[in-house]
Amino acid sequence: MSQVPADLQYTKSHEWVRTLADGTVEIGITEHAQHALGDLVFVEVPEAGRVLKAGEPCAVVESVKAASDVYAPVSGEVTAGNAQLLAEPETVNSDSYGAGWLMRLRPAPGALAAATLMSAADYQKVLDAEGG
Amino acid sequence: MGRKTPLFSLHEELGARIVDFGGWDMPVQYSSQIGEHHAVRRAAGVFDVSHMCVTDLKGARVRELLQLLLANDVAKLKTAGKALYSCMLNERGGVIDDLIVYYLSDSWYRLVVNAGTRDKDLAWIGRHAHSFGVTVSERTDLAMLAVQGPEARAKAAQLLPAAQGRAALALDNFVGCELADWFVARTGYTGEDGFEIMLPAAAAVPAWRSLNELGVASCGLGARDTLRLEAGMNLYGNDMDESTHPYEAALGWTVALTPPQRQFIGRESVAAIERAGSPRKLVALLLEDRGVLRGHQKVITAAGAGEITSGTFSPTLERSIAFARVPSEAAQAVQVDVRGKLLQARIVKAPFVRAGKSLVT
Repeated sequence: MSQVPADLQYTKSHEWVRTLADGTVEIGITEHAQHALGDLVFVEVPEAGRVLKAGEPCAVVESVKAASDVYAPVSGEVTAGNAQLLAEPETVNSDSYGAGWLMRLRPAPGALAAATLMSAADYQKVLDAEGG
Repeated sequence: MGRKTPLFSLHEELGARIVDFGGWDMPVQYSSQIGEHHAVRRAAGVFDVSHMCVTDLKGARVRELLQLLLANDVAKLKTAGKALYSCMLNERGGVIDDLIVYYLSDSWYRLVVNAGTRDKDLAWIGRHAHSFGVTVSERTDLAMLAVQGPEARAKAAQLLPAAQGRAALALDNFVGCELADWFVARTGYTGEDGFEIMLPAAAAVPAWRSLNELGVASCGLGARDTLRLEAGMNLYGNDMDESTHPYEAALGWTVALTPPQRQFIGRESVAAIERAGSPRKLVALLLEDRGVLRGHQKVITAAGAGEITSGTFSPTLERSIAFARVPSEAAQAVQVDVRGKLLQARIVKAPFVRAGKSLVT
């Protein structure tokens, strides 16, 4: 069974969102997503300053098998991409909710409220329906 | 629901992720594809390759039949057990399949053909076998294990009684022999030393468990693919098919145009290509930039466009590698369109890796 931490919010496309104390959000892919992808060998994250619209492809995670887009869960401006993943993409496999975060962004005004994010309980239902 | 090998339940028990491969439910990985890859490069791993189609051809004129059907010449096989890699071509010189043929006696050869091409291969062989009085029997009673890696032969030999284990260890490269009811061959698809073992279906699960107990890692088709690509070995359906001929699939070395009187199917077509020179070639590519090359990505060369036929991340080199079909005049430096970005790649000599060592400089 995949871990689904209760303090995060989720998307149907298997991204997670953590609201930080300063009002910015941290974004990554879920344990379920990293497991489905397998060993990650290449991660591309957006640079600070890039402005993203919710639903826009904003990062790429590639395993030995395949490449997958990561979609911005919330509109906003990127404050940091996790540069450590360029050298150590496997961190996303080993610590998908921690050191394997992909980017941080400052949500546009009202964007967090407008975003279609799920609670951990609802995301767990999505996984159950997928058989995962 | 696809076809299942005699090892299917064991794969499930071992936690394998199962995927469809040529109509078969096969393990793609057990725990980590990269871990399984390294196990084979550094120690030993075992693959279930029972989906491959083992077929025995028997009859007084079987050699004549194979000299017609195969682009390589089975007359090269002079000692019992010796294996040969060959393409089977259609009249246009297109590759129907690539296969291994073992010479077992003057009236008995064994073919190992791909799972995905089984039906058309058997139909094609059967159509020609009839007039030579050769019987074609698929050995569905056998399972096949590939045990590969620097420690593979020593471990696998321990599964046999002592005398037969010694006989297995004495096998030369690309030679097989019958040891009790097993057929053990020193062949493989990984670029490492090892055996491919054909054994009665009921013996497959105990053999696999014994190999695991000896420290041989269970490996899936995912690792098999990265290993064969590093080893510079083609995959039928990716790197060649009926629309390509051997000279544009880096398989010209398997076409035996001598002796000139041997009239194999496709000979006229491929001989003409060999004389004129193929306008396209299959090359090995090493990605200089970061990223991962994948099948069907466009390759841009000064001599025109080409296409990646197989691409992956090489766990040994920790860089992306590929095979690509490009114009024959293409120079070493090329670019590849990777998800909308042009990345730098370089044509290198295959293989990328052999016997655990990187050959790329």
